[in-house]
Amino acid sequence: MTENLNVFAVRTLTQKEYFSPGHRACQGCAEALAIRLVCKALGRNIIIASATGCMEVVSTPIPFTAWRVPWFHVAFENAAAVASGIESGLKVLMRKGRIPSKKIVTLAMAGDGGTADIGLQALSGALERDDDFIYICTDNEAYMNTGIQRSSSTPFGASTTTSPAGKMKMGQITWKKNMPAIAAAHNIPYVATACPSYPVDLIQKVKKAAEIKGAAYIHILSVCPTGWRSAPELSIKLGRLAVETGIFPLYEVERGQYRLNIDFPKLKPIKEYIKLQGRFRHLTDELIGEIEKRVHKEYEQLRAKAGKGA
Amino acid sequence: MGKRVGMEVSIAAAEAVKQANVDVISAYPITPQTHVVEHLSELVANGELDAEFFCVESEHSALSVCLGSSATGARSFTCTSSQGLALMSEITYIASALRLPIVMIIANRSLSAPINIWNDHSDVMSIRDCGWIQFFAENGQDVYDHVFIAYRLGEDRNVLLPVIINMDGFTLSHVIEPIELIDQEKIDQFLPPYKPVLSLHPDRPVTMGGIALPGIFTETKKAQEVAIRSSMPKILETWKAFGEMTGRYYHPIETYKAEDAETLLVTMGSFGETASAAVDKMREEGRSVGLMKIRLWRPFPFDAFKKASLNAKQLVVIDRAISVGACGPVASELKAALYEEHQRPSIYNFIAGLGGRDVAPSDFVKMVDKAEIEIEEGNKEGFEIYGVRE
Amino acid sequence: MTKPELEWTWKELPIGTTMLEPGNADQYRTGDWKTLKPVLNKELCIHCGLCYIFCPDMSYNLSEEGYFIVDLFYCKGCGICAKECPTGAITMVLEEEEK
Repeated sequence: MTENLNVFAVRTLTQKEYFSPGHRACQGCAEALAIRLVCKALGRNIIIASATGCMEVVSTPIPFTAWRVPWFHVAFENAAAVASGIESGLKVLMRKGRIPSKKIVTLAMAGDGGTADIGLQALSGALERDDDFIYICTDNEAYMNTGIQRSSSTPFGASTTTSPAGKMKMGQITWKKNMPAIAAAHNIPYVATACPSYPVDLIQKVKKAAEIKGAAYIHILSVCPTGWRSAPELSIKLGRLAVETGIFPLYEVERGQYRLNIDFPKLKPIKEYIKLQGRFRHLTDELIGEIEKRVHKEYEQLRAKAGKGA
Repeated sequence: MGKRVGMEVSIAAAEAVKQANVDVISAYPITPQTHVVEHLSELVANGELDAEFFCVESEHSALSVCLGSSATGARSFTCTSSQGLALMSEITYIASALRLPIVMIIANRSLSAPINIWNDHSDVMSIRDCGWIQFFAENGQDVYDHVFIAYRLGEDRNVLLPVIINMDGFTLSHVIEPIELIDQEKIDQFLPPYKPVLSLHPDRPVTMGGIALPGIFTETKKAQEVAIRSSMPKILETWKAFGEMTGRYYHPIETYKAEDAETLLVTMGSFGETASAAVDKMREEGRSVGLMKIRLWRPFPFDAFKKASLNAKQLVVIDRAISVGACGPVASELKAALYEEHQRPSIYNFIAGLGGRDVAPSDFVKMVDKAEIEIEEGNKEGFEIYGVRE
Repeated sequence: MTKPELEWTWKELPIGTTMLEPGNADQYRTGDWKTLKPVLNKELCIHCGLCYIFCPDMSYNLSEEGYFIVDLFYCKGCGICAKECPTGAITMVLEEEEK
């Protein structure tokens, strides 16, 4: 049973699916759900440039493709550069009259590895140029497709195959890289965080990004039952808990102006989130306490930026 | 005859890109390619060229942008050298496998370490297998002409492959040469706008770049291999059409005073003109020496090469790059090309001109002298780096 | 119907191995993957559509009656719909082997 009653807007969404069933994602993959919702928000007039990753592999095993919109995969680190190329190609072709002028949204799609690590250079370049595209980072907090290795987006304390919890080390020893802040530092028109557990919010943010002239960056938390060692049916609940505990707050940044989408008067204890995931099961109460302190501190900093400071 | 002007070859190359009505230019600066992209950005800034000029943040992104724009059907161009080419090398393989007709000029420069900004062929030799059609230019006119040839060829519906034009860095890129410019109407007739067979557009959604499992990957590579091999007749046809338009005919292998030559110098790139001065001198002295210049590097012109070489007794192959631990890359390919022949010339391989070291006509004479002596003494398949200070 | 991977010859591959049939992944029966399948108790259903919107495999379709019905051809049995249903109308049961 769920306590979330913001449910009834679902019936107003389009029934069309631009990401077809039959893709090979794991059971309960919230990243696939995120992609599905993004496509619902944007409709058919888009071109997608994808990085290598889970979504690329599960959606296009030759000769089958789950994409009902144009989709292009080149390599791991250049989704943003390819998207820049697509956007400028369309711009020139329309200007020279070689294709009819109409609004086509260019979407770059990459995971946390393809964004925060290997893809950071191309992303930074595209954001600096303020190319007219939307960049979606679906963050499942590790290199899941290659076998759950850590990325700079892996949260502190998480056990991954290259940052395993052992006798000498307790999993990931660095704090999660703040990609939305890095994107916002480029001074682009729109940055947002989203989570498929809040589908209407996600769709609204993507639609907003599509209306923007210039670069938009949306960071979507994608629960991964396989990599997080959680039960597949909990993917939506975990996403909700990430937001309710303040670990992944939902907010927008429009030209430097922060807006917190949901402000909780009291954050849920992070233990409720952590205990459902096998990748955190080695954490001691002490470490959990440390993490909670930092989560709360960052949450207060975010509230201050959004003008809701104490 | 079009207008003949003295201009820096890099500028001529940029002018050719302008006349070819390129849609998207994406580049990152690296010596000695800079003059090409600087001039292109001026042309765009002045409105003389209606194109999107991208200053990207690395060469890897430069080529990636071109893949994106080419996939939508825009004519795309990039230019690089050395380390930049090495950085984007991952993407070169992808461009050819996805059959996107991008044109790239490489201002050939040596690969680090040590870092060296001057001319040799090691950069392009590192991507021999990338699947692009590859030309070597001998002089500025070649570079200018081949921009049009490359786009018409690459964009042909039966080819659809990216093309590299190799232009020796500094040695060609930064010298002023007489260039005969072609009238714009003639170019517009020779090179119509690009009409892609498949492109990214919502009206016809396609998926490009999926994952191929072991059961199908081999078939995809076979298809790619057939595509590049069957581009050979198109290459010859395009050169012929170009020749009819300008009076300049190009061939995969070009020879100079080679008909009855016992010894043939074999070069690629700007070495050709210097070597022909050496051949003239040796012919005056009554020596039976000629010159073979390889213009088409990929797809390798096996038939034309065999035809041009089988009458000679020895080939003196001058490589401007070294495959460290083996020998010169060109020499090893030529040896492989001649392996099946019963009667074949011996091949003596020199590595010369590395890192921009000058190779004068007298050096070519010395190399031929050395090769002839060595072969006399029974050392038929020699290999050495020329001019090393011991 | 798209031919399976192992039946394609090199000549049949489109240029650049581009895939020309949008969404043909929907020919693949991911429903074989599941062990549990969702079962709907229509009396408890309030037609909110959460099962439909939260399904990562697009397995729910709106029927004429107004209920969201699962397509077992695609359903991977993850259990998200049962977990998120606000009235507990969906239960996951063991799928029996079809004889």
